[in-house]
Amino acid sequence: MVDASTSAHGDLTLKNLTKSFGDFVAVDDLDLVIPEGSFFALLGPSGCGKTTTLRMVAGLEEPSSGSIFIGNTEITYEKPYKRPVNTVFQNYALFPHLSIYENVAFGLRRRGVKDVDAQVQKALELVELTHLATRKPNQLSGGQQQRIALARAIVNRPALLLLDEPLGALDLKLRRAMQIELKWIQTEVGITFVHVTHDQEEAMTMADTIAVMNEGKIEQMGSPADLYDNPRTAFVANFLGQSNLIKGSIIERAGEAGVVDVFGTKLALPAARNHAHDSSVLVGIRPEKIRIAPAGSAMNGNILEGGVISDASYIGVSTQYQVEMPWGQELMVFEQNDDGTPPLAKGDPVIMSWESIFTFGLAGDQDATAGSEANPDSE
Amino acid sequence: MSTALLHATAHEKKPLITKKKLLPYWLLAPGIIWLVIFFLVPIYQLISTSTQTQGFGIGTYVQTYRFSNFIDAITSSKAQLIRSFEYAFLATVFALIISYPLAYAVAFKSGRWKNTLLVLIVAPFFCSFLLRTVAWEQILGEQGLVIKFLRFVHIIGAQGHLTATPFAVVAGLTYNFLPFMTLPLYASLERIDIRMMEASGDLYANALTTFRKVTIPLSMPGVVAGTLLTFIPAAGDYINAELLGNPGTKMIGNVIEARYLEIVDYPGAAALSLILMVTILILVMAYVKRAGTEELV
Repeated sequence: MVDASTSAHGDLTLKNLTKSFGDFVAVDDLDLVIPEGSFFALLGPSGCGKTTTLRMVAGLEEPSSGSIFIGNTEITYEKPYKRPVNTVFQNYALFPHLSIYENVAFGLRRRGVKDVDAQVQKALELVELTHLATRKPNQLSGGQQQRIALARAIVNRPALLLLDEPLGALDLKLRRAMQIELKWIQTEVGITFVHVTHDQEEAMTMADTIAVMNEGKIEQMGSPADLYDNPRTAFVANFLGQSNLIKGSIIERAGEAGVVDVFGTKLALPAARNHAHDSSVLVGIRPEKIRIAPAGSAMNGNILEGGVISDASYIGVSTQYQVEMPWGQELMVFEQNDDGTPPLAKGDPVIMSWESIFTFGLAGDQDATAGSEANPDSE
Repeated sequence: MSTALLHATAHEKKPLITKKKLLPYWLLAPGIIWLVIFFLVPIYQLISTSTQTQGFGIGTYVQTYRFSNFIDAITSSKAQLIRSFEYAFLATVFALIISYPLAYAVAFKSGRWKNTLLVLIVAPFFCSFLLRTVAWEQILGEQGLVIKFLRFVHIIGAQGHLTATPFAVVAGLTYNFLPFMTLPLYASLERIDIRMMEASGDLYANALTTFRKVTIPLSMPGVVAGTLLTFIPAAGDYINAELLGNPGTKMIGNVIEARYLEIVDYPGAAALSLILMVTILILVMAYVKRAGTEELV
């Protein structure tokens, strides 16, 4: 059963991968290289094509065009059971008629592996559930089922492990614990993990590299810090965390930092973070990077004056302000409650500032709200 | 004032609670009354009749607790009793062989034709069981096309028959109880999460192994339900043997019918009925226990 393709290893390469269902293009001409041994996340709202991409890699969906390689071996049209790929399914898909032990042993038995027992024990030890080997899946909690699904996949030592929203069914606390555990297991076994999720926090906690997908295409790919600090599109800026995006025009592009005019105020914009192709620009700043003070206070860096607090909500670690600007836009400011000053109140006139290196610039011709409706945190 | 109001409401609530407690019994009452009148009373009557002996005059019987009625019944109808279980077993096996692919196709491969196919499976019920069996007598009979064709291609000789054979009886039983096999099978196959099969493929099982190791075990509740719903009525059936068989294919149902209506031997008929019931009950219990599908149902 173990043939050339199942022993393939190396980087996962997707070339011009396209999948359409009728008129709907789920995955649109995707080019992607996922390095061997990395923890890679495909992040995007539902319907963005991330699960379809994963299913094509698993062999559960046939691409309309394009190809898939693991190392130098093409697996585009290979049957799922011949691919060196295993999947942790959404809702786990454990076999209800088999014991936990037999669930984990399933893949090993199909391949005719010799030391099934030792390997199953090892996999169960890895997820710390050796004591549940004789139980049936429906006797386990959600978190335990999740780990068994992981053990059942990992025990086969695939070249590639696919995780389809693996933590979606767990509650918040358990999800946090499993994020850390998954990351640890990935480092332990060294298998390439490709993780599909709509939860940006999950992706940022675990993945080395994140590809943000939208409408079948990759919007941006990079490390979590890179994506967060230096988004290239409004969609990424809004989907990954929250952003204030203000319309402006570039009036100077000299050297390290350019100058942008937003409604009469001049702001510095570092050249490395400017992704506008012409003078029209969306100036971006993350809400937690903004300092806020009563109007008239002395401040430095990029400064915006003339705002009035339209809403203030105290949420413990921070206070979240909505500040209405003279041009009608509402900006978000998250301020840590760490300096002992009383929170500002609704109606207070304020001055805001931030270190100019935190400013980013996006092409001005896009919808400034793109991606925010898909972000569950923006509620 | 508010305390007074509280007291008042608390006081008024009391009879309401007792009313609520009684509600389940009121809801159960029609079913229980129905069961007592149409199940418990007849069963008692049956058990009581089975140990009676003939009194004065034909058709009058008196209770004498004659338990040897059972031994007499078994010794005189052993062949028909065994034959009933043989035929019912064969019909169940054939129905399973026909139904499984059918139910599988309807559940997984039929797409937009699913509802149409389900209606077609149920369609025979729109016509009486008896009429359909009579129709089969015609279809398989001497004037029918089937026998003419089979004679033409020399599958059976000029003297061969289709009706009045064990084959016809088993075929009739298979046909008549087929929907009872197909529908539970369909229901349990349809319930299988498609991801189970995907997971199996993902774990190196090819289509055949997936079918053996995942699909069949997960459809066992349907197999058990379907085989029971086919086997039990088939074992007690006498219409098929009557219309499609010959004297050598008589089943236990025919014997009971004859004893009851023709010989007017009520105790003998009752004893045989009880023997049939108990035997089926034991077989079914052993079967369900062996199938071990408790966790899946």
